[in-house]
Amino acid sequence: MTTVQDAGRLTTFEDNDQKPIGHGRMLRKEDPRLVRGRGRFTDDIKLPGMLHLAILRSPFAHAKIISIDTSAAAALPKVKAVVTGADLAAQGLAWMPTLSNDVQAVLATDKVRFQGQEVAFVVAEDRYTARDALELIDVEYEVLDVVIDVRQALAPDAPVIRDDLDGKTNNHCFDWETGDKDATEAVFAAADVVVSQDIVYPRVHPAPMETCGAVADYDAVEGKLKLWSTTQAPHAHRTLYAIVAGLPEHKIQVISPDLGGGFGNKVPIYPGYVCAIVASIVTGKPVKWMEDRSENLISTGFARDYIMRGEIAATRDGKILAIRTDVLADHGAFNGTAAPVKYPAGFFGVFTGSYDIEAAYCSMTAVYTNKAPGGVAYACSFRITEAVYLVERIVDCLAAELGMDPAELRLKNFIKPEQFPYTTKTGWVYDSGDYEPTMRLAMDMAGYADLRKEQAEKRTRGELMGIGIAFFTEAVGAGPRKDMDILGLGMADGCELRVHPTGKAVVRLSVQSQGQGHETTFAQIVAEEIGIPPADIDVVHGDTDNTPFGLGTYGSRSTPVSGAAAALVARKVRDKARLIASAMLEVSVADLEWQKGSFQVKGDPGKSVTIQDIAMRAHGAGDLPDGVEGGLEAQICYNPSNLTYPHGAYICVVDIDPGTAQVKVRRFIAVDDCGTRINPMIIEGQVHGGLTDGVGMALMEMIAFDEDGNCLGASLMDYLIPTALEVPDWETGFTVTPSPHHPIGAKGVGESATVGSPPAIVNAVVDALAPFGVRHADMPLTPSRVWDAMRGAPQPPI
Amino acid sequence: MQVSMTVNDVEVSEEIEGRQLLVHFLRDQLGLTGTHWGCDTSNCGTCVVWLDGEPVKSCTVLTAMAGGHEVRTVEGLAKNGKLDPVQEGFVQCHGLQCGFCTPGMLMTARALLDRNPDPTETEIRQAISGQICRCTGYASIVRSVRWASVHEAQAALDATSAPESDAADEAKQAQEVSS
Amino acid sequence: MQVPAPFEYARATSVDDAIGLMERYGDTARLVAGGHSLLPMMKLRLANFEYLIDINDLHGELGYVAVETDQVRIGALTRHRELLESDALAAVLPIFRDAERVIADPTVRNRGTLGGSLCQADPSEDLSAVCTALGASCVIRGSGGTRVVTMEEFHRGPYETAVADGEILVEVRIPVRERGGSAYEKVERRAGDWAVVSAGAAVWLDGDGLVADARVGLAAVGPNTTGIPAISAALRGRPPSEELYAQAGAIAADSCDPVTDQRGSADYKRHLAKELTVRTLRRAVARIAERG
Repeated sequence: MTTVQDAGRLTTFEDNDQKPIGHGRMLRKEDPRLVRGRGRFTDDIKLPGMLHLAILRSPFAHAKIISIDTSAAAALPKVKAVVTGADLAAQGLAWMPTLSNDVQAVLATDKVRFQGQEVAFVVAEDRYTARDALELIDVEYEVLDVVIDVRQALAPDAPVIRDDLDGKTNNHCFDWETGDKDATEAVFAAADVVVSQDIVYPRVHPAPMETCGAVADYDAVEGKLKLWSTTQAPHAHRTLYAIVAGLPEHKIQVISPDLGGGFGNKVPIYPGYVCAIVASIVTGKPVKWMEDRSENLISTGFARDYIMRGEIAATRDGKILAIRTDVLADHGAFNGTAAPVKYPAGFFGVFTGSYDIEAAYCSMTAVYTNKAPGGVAYACSFRITEAVYLVERIVDCLAAELGMDPAELRLKNFIKPEQFPYTTKTGWVYDSGDYEPTMRLAMDMAGYADLRKEQAEKRTRGELMGIGIAFFTEAVGAGPRKDMDILGLGMADGCELRVHPTGKAVVRLSVQSQGQGHETTFAQIVAEEIGIPPADIDVVHGDTDNTPFGLGTYGSRSTPVSGAAAALVARKVRDKARLIASAMLEVSVADLEWQKGSFQVKGDPGKSVTIQDIAMRAHGAGDLPDGVEGGLEAQICYNPSNLTYPHGAYICVVDIDPGTAQVKVRRFIAVDDCGTRINPMIIEGQVHGGLTDGVGMALMEMIAFDEDGNCLGASLMDYLIPTALEVPDWETGFTVTPSPHHPIGAKGVGESATVGSPPAIVNAVVDALAPFGVRHADMPLTPSRVWDAMRGAPQPPI
Repeated sequence: MQVSMTVNDVEVSEEIEGRQLLVHFLRDQLGLTGTHWGCDTSNCGTCVVWLDGEPVKSCTVLTAMAGGHEVRTVEGLAKNGKLDPVQEGFVQCHGLQCGFCTPGMLMTARALLDRNPDPTETEIRQAISGQICRCTGYASIVRSVRWASVHEAQAALDATSAPESDAADEAKQAQEVSS
Repeated sequence: MQVPAPFEYARATSVDDAIGLMERYGDTARLVAGGHSLLPMMKLRLANFEYLIDINDLHGELGYVAVETDQVRIGALTRHRELLESDALAAVLPIFRDAERVIADPTVRNRGTLGGSLCQADPSEDLSAVCTALGASCVIRGSGGTRVVTMEEFHRGPYETAVADGEILVEVRIPVRERGGSAYEKVERRAGDWAVVSAGAAVWLDGDGLVADARVGLAAVGPNTTGIPAISAALRGRPPSEELYAQAGAIAADSCDPVTDQRGSADYKRHLAKELTVRTLRRAVARIAERG
């Protein structure tokens, strides 16, 4: 039964409408249209003559395609086309590259390799007919043995999934390692205390409320493709379509309209988008493809699925010496992970956490299985969710082994502020951090000492209460060109700012909002630099025809990369404005003072010109200084010098019903440090959303399979996402440790809460179960699985 | 088959298939794209509209079933271009991020306040428990609904006290004139 | 979003009209009321019918909660929300309010009906367990007339009831006896989910405070909603006590046949059968005292 603490009736509210010129609490510019239901999402797009596409998907996880008979489907009235893998193969379009330099079938040709894989598509006048036509396509399959248990993927007799790859005789995808194996072994061998724990991060799914889809409109006369799609990276997609479909890049326009959430689900190019493009070319009409929820869950980019063994070495008095891990990574049937090319395991290398240690090593084996492709998604910051979960779980295991308070153990081992920039034992350079104040603030807000007292008292009565702590450092803002590219495209982002004659402005971004409020926050970033009110700054994003090139929004990179670009381009404009102001006021540049919105003559405040005055002068008649052209605009491409490293301290309080083993999250305290805070209202929203992800993953979310490869998480009835009744009222706080290399010191926060919350909740549950001798229990901690742990037999989920 | 109903106070009459779902009728035939869809199993609630004043999941109602009845969607919340207090509350309290679940949340919030003008936070969470938000973490939605409740109560108070204050002003003016 | 295969829509204007339409269309037709079990199945194409007969207009005839001296009669088209909100029903049979709080979600409860839930006969469905615990009877009408069957007779198996082609469930009758209490509890992985296990209990005490009768109904513990006669037999004539509840719980665990699935292991479900039987019996008895 769900019992919810009645928190009463709130009657006072935060003032979110402070109308700042720059940073501060500000209502969102997106909201007026969204609360009226006037958002424009991909399925809202309706074009004259538009047709609808539906995809036939494989019911089997591994099977040869013997034959496909599309005649009955093609004969159905209102059906315009039926296309199979063989048809695409004839055009060289049956396969496409993935973001990890693998290939993926657009439509299966020889065989299907996961349940839900695309086999054929139908184009019809309406979506109901398209769906009916799918039933009429007759596919004969020869079912093959499956590889579902990831631990058996490399067994000698395992069926080979990727026989499409030349000479492939097993299901091995790649090996990867980081750190110093020998140095780490030496430390472990000499350590007083070594704790080892197997830890699974199960397969989960971002499941944004809007599924993926596209409307493709190919104009044969112009040779131009216009593609609306649910993409977090319109420019990257455009370049890839040019390469894949052989269409000239300048003839492709990709538009990302309003997105109903992304969370990494909308980074990859899915076969459905390519099918829509092909369908539009073939039929000569606009074609819409919108996947249904089962398609979204069963075939689009999953997240996590790491089987990890974590080991931690320490002294008896709690000094952590080394961390080691071995990981088996399930990459599904095709390697579709969206991570910079040199980082096949993403940024998992930050598994050393927030601690100053002597050695670290990770070995990883990635394999193919008969499941959907993906891996990097669901706000993971490129596998940092996995890394932080690992380190925060084994640090708690160490605390339990040593009989030490988990907060004290962490405080004892934090990297100290004077050690920054700090190079970890796996080569990551943390830019800045001051961990102790963040941790202490969380403990104060939680009333940590009182909670431990309450717990002790409850334990005498057999009541199960748990307090879980997680502290994370994550790395966001990919990334420097020298290090990071996705399929050869560097991760630098452009930004353009133009100020109009009457002093209003437009800023064009390369990143793409999926709900995080870019139309507001980027106006604020620019406003902070040039003093034009955010209401007077229009933010344009999402259309490759009128925005600068960039790699898009994921990995929390909007603020660290594009936000930096926006600040710097605004400063460029301000610098030009300064020159014009000096001419207008007839003083030298050195005699001018910037007063956020105007330039004043030093010592003579009466002599000033506003940015609006300057804008008019820039466009108007009259002389400009030598070398200064008319107009007031600038453009920039920002190549970050490093990632940024936000951190946070999270504390979770749970109560477990001893009779039913149901877990209730009573409180959650989250203190985040994302450096400079642009809009605290929006930051709080980002944190709240990520914390909810954590409750979902910790307690109920999992994409499970049966032994035949049937996906058991293919609907929202089976893949459970938290409702308002499963989460508490969040308690958030903050500290500010600016990034030294970011122009405004901001670090980004979009994924922090998703990263930090699962270990906090799992640590709380394990803490609650300490009286049962439980040291670890894997997610998802459904009541049945908690009960297993209480009886001394916790099961891994796979 | 032919179906007629009232949608946002407007009589509509259209040719439909018996199997058509109300959400598709509203979105694709009437062009009211404020109502969304997000699942196949009646779980997500992005499709919530009012049927005879009650929130229902329009993906699980046949258009034909709504024939002869009244439907209201998010487009029918604002009156004469003025936002409903629940819409205003969501803006003031950051009750939306991507906006996809928002129309459904607004319809449920409005129906809740119509029946229970001063709900507790628990009652608000229960009312929206059939609808999923992946962005906000729900606390801000709860606050948004409380904002609307408090501001509607205040507006009602202001409205009832206004005539008295007008009368008081008149009396005061009369007194000043006579003295 | 998935959509149903084509079918014809018909709307019934009365119970007799509905019966007439069913006779005309035969077994290619299905009644639809709230539709929140049927339409999802049809969208996934797990069920296909050529005709759907909409009986929502029968709410005037079949939507009621009539609390009488010795029985409660509930019309089959009564919505879940109406069952939840009925104070009269909660006063005499609080098990309904307990259950309705955790059936589906508030929006679905605006449409779904008692009759729809019982006729769907999903093994995880809660109102079947409630009606079993209360010893309800079901009133079924067809062109041949009206007949009344017990819940045991009504519920034949998973997705199978005693309602034959051309018939419609019109009413559920629950006997009301003095000194009775009832309660329901459900364990779910998340609000709105199907039960991992649910239990409903109803207890009546005699003038000496001994158990005159006790009934327990479980959901989601096997192919059929389980009423457990052995519990009734074990409890009759005994004074209520924790030991008695524990005994009933043990019988419940032994009497059910749960399967291991994503909701939980068979062992865990058996444990819950025991735990929830204990809790609901305890609560039902406490409510007798509360009502004085």
